Amino acid sequence: MSNMSVAPDVKEVPGAEVMSARSVARTRPDWRGVLGRLGPLLGLLAVVGLFSTLRPQTFATLDNAQLILLQTAVVGTAALGMTMIIISGGIDLSVGSVVALCTVSIALLLAKGVPAALAVGGGILTGALCGLVTGVLITRMKLSPFIVTLGMWGAVRGAAKGLANEQTVQAPTTWLNSLLNTPGDGQKWMLVPAGVWLMVALALAVAVMLRYTRFGRHIFAIGSNEQTARLCGVAVEPTKLAIYILAAAFAGVAGLLQFSYLTLGDPTTATGMELDVIAAVVIGGASLSGGQGSIFGTLVGALIMTSVANGCTKMEFPNWVQEIVTGGIIITAVALDRWRSKAQA
Amino acid sequence: MQDTTRIPLLQMTGIHKQFGATRALSGVDLRVHEGEVLALVGENGAGKSTLMKVLSGAHAPDEGQMSLAGKPYAPKNPLEARRAGVAMIYQELSLAPHLSVLENILLGIEPTRAGWLQGRQMQQTATDAMSQVGLAHVPLHLPVSQLSVAERQLTEIARAVALGSRVLVFDEPTSSLAQGDVARLFALVNRLKAQGRAVIYISHFLEEVKEVSNRFMVLRDGQSVGGGETASAQPAEIIALMVGRSVEELYPRSARTPGEVVLKIENVTGAEKPLAASLQLRRGEILGIAGLVGAGRTELLRTVFGLDAVKSGSVKVGTFSSARETPARRWAQGVGMVSEDRKSEGLALNLGLNENLTLTRLPPFFSPVRRDQDARQWAQRLSVRFQDVRRPIGDLSGGNQQKVAIARLLYHDADVLLLDEPTRGIDVGSKAQIYRVIDELAGRGKAVLMVSSYLPELLGVCDRIAVMCRGVLGAARPVAEVNEHSIMLEATGTETDAEVSTVTAPAMQSI
Repeated sequence: MSNMSVAPDVKEVPGAEVMSARSVARTRPDWRGVLGRLGPLLGLLAVVGLFSTLRPQTFATLDNAQLILLQTAVVGTAALGMTMIIISGGIDLSVGSVVALCTVSIALLLAKGVPAALAVGGGILTGALCGLVTGVLITRMKLSPFIVTLGMWGAVRGAAKGLANEQTVQAPTTWLNSLLNTPGDGQKWMLVPAGVWLMVALALAVAVMLRYTRFGRHIFAIGSNEQTARLCGVAVEPTKLAIYILAAAFAGVAGLLQFSYLTLGDPTTATGMELDVIAAVVIGGASLSGGQGSIFGTLVGALIMTSVANGCTKMEFPNWVQEIVTGGIIITAVALDRWRSKAQA
Repeated sequence: MQDTTRIPLLQMTGIHKQFGATRALSGVDLRVHEGEVLALVGENGAGKSTLMKVLSGAHAPDEGQMSLAGKPYAPKNPLEARRAGVAMIYQELSLAPHLSVLENILLGIEPTRAGWLQGRQMQQTATDAMSQVGLAHVPLHLPVSQLSVAERQLTEIARAVALGSRVLVFDEPTSSLAQGDVARLFALVNRLKAQGRAVIYISHFLEEVKEVSNRFMVLRDGQSVGGGETASAQPAEIIALMVGRSVEELYPRSARTPGEVVLKIENVTGAEKPLAASLQLRRGEILGIAGLVGAGRTELLRTVFGLDAVKSGSVKVGTFSSARETPARRWAQGVGMVSEDRKSEGLALNLGLNENLTLTRLPPFFSPVRRDQDARQWAQRLSVRFQDVRRPIGDLSGGNQQKVAIARLLYHDADVLLLDEPTRGIDVGSKAQIYRVIDELAGRGKAVLMVSSYLPELLGVCDRIAVMCRGVLGAARPVAEVNEHSIMLEATGTETDAEVSTVTAPAMQSI
């Protein structure tokens, strides 16, 4: 790629010898690293295995697998954007509110007689606008993402309630309502609802973007060390702005799926969802200090969360048990992550 | 001077230590007598720290014996070593900041009777120790956090004195001290020596070694490669022992001819510094900027590179002329920069070598396999020692990290290289490689603007040198017309005095 060849003949220097020997000591397989990368997947297998043994009739069925995937779709889609934000060293506490606002705006548009496809566009645009506001506040005003999105968490929820007149918004029945329906007899080949496929397709797109594009690597560079990124000519502010807009657009898509699930616009829906979304990303191996994370991990993290919820229901555990288990899993995942990064240090 | 037939206070014989496949120490012998200061020198990674960890009980040697005052000495942990009378004075100070001076000095050795602290005895011990290190004026009840860095270090020494330590190890003790404190520390070392204690003094600074020690010993690759009386040794000899080659080879200087001007800075003023700085840099030229810390040298580079704001003036890169630019545009114009702060700005430590090396010129879409190949190739060209290009770069040694920071500019094929302290805190071996690379780059018509606080390096590498003082950049002079003395005079803003300027200052040698 380069036409230069500088210093190919730099000679061995004694000092370097010791260093190489030191690094040789590292050649033994890095089990902790491997475990760290596969950790979330192993966790998912353990959870599924456990409930399958305990409740083979109700948990380990095809129908239930479909149900779990369906339940993952909303959180999983929103988590795609959150993964980008967290890798870049930021955080977004306003996801749940954005999802609610999007269900409301889609329902309002449909109620006004706007075609379904346009209503979808309107919903996603609403999300993106929220992201624009967040991004501008963070990059122009130099405010911390935590504070800005905490503010947006309240403001967007308020906007949703105001738009909806503090009640649910009924919408005429369209094909949007069936996005999360299990495929009918004629569409068995689809295996899972269209909404799940939508999540998978978006996940693939984001995963490829993060790995194979300059934009993706710049996200990692900013999260790992913003100063280095700046030194290396990364346009830090515009990149961050793009991340927040894109992530909020994903929240808009999650809002679409949530609307499809509810079949109406609800300004109070998805309360507290931001925490589920962040938990999914963190269980998936992302570091809240930035520079680390993967889409695959995030999806596995989201699946772990829904599997546990689903399994606890099948076990007929009361709700509070389920909440304690979920909390324990989040802490365990982060503890494992600490252990892994210590191994790498 | 020393009576070598006497039993040494401390003797280490045939010390071997291996970590996995790494031989950190292979048969090191060390002895130090009462009332003697032994300087331990060697580049980073030579085994000095490992040897001292063996001495202080942090590591057990694989082979070899140690004896203290003729008796076998084999500490199982640092506490045993301290009790036996071997104390380490660390670079990173290890005092508890919230506790008082008194509590810190007596921590772990508090005199008690039936569990009750003996207040008067504590006062007495601490007062004695503090006056021995020349801190009699510091109130004992003061929290350590309120002491200056130098006072904290002395307090730490007082702790060793209170413990009755006979062997004191100083590991780079002056790295965080101001000039006056260094003199006080040396006086203290001499006092400890006069009291019949033995001191092992680890330092990178050979002039310090000269001043403070009786004997020196050089470690290289985990072996003792030489040593002797400090008074009769030349710094150049010591360096040659450390590096395994002569000093002249350190700074290669190939024939090069300056070409057209590629960087033209005119009256550039930053937010605070620089003040109306002007200079011209030609292809195939290495221009050094000397000056004291805080003179505005870093700010000059950052302003030119678009990292700091330009208040007025113009910067012309090749045919591009504009004052305000972003780093992204500078890279696009063929300007690259190496930051003075490798850890917090130069590199993203938890990203891989691959990402760090290629970040400035990633295409919008790329193949990670190709990127990793490129990174591997360029890292190898600069002899970077690495395991896997994808492992966090923080795993590499400082010297190897710095080589990657420089390789980034080579990979980018930058025409103008702004290097801010390019060899700070790295071992001599890596320094030598970096000097060689800089020389080759200039030979290929690249233009190098280099800031360094280490004068021998500037004099060895540069074609011209300009001095900066309080934000003002002086005229660049050919290297043949300047020396360390003239540079220091200009850097400190001293009026040139005909009498002193004719005297050449003794060459400062530090590695």
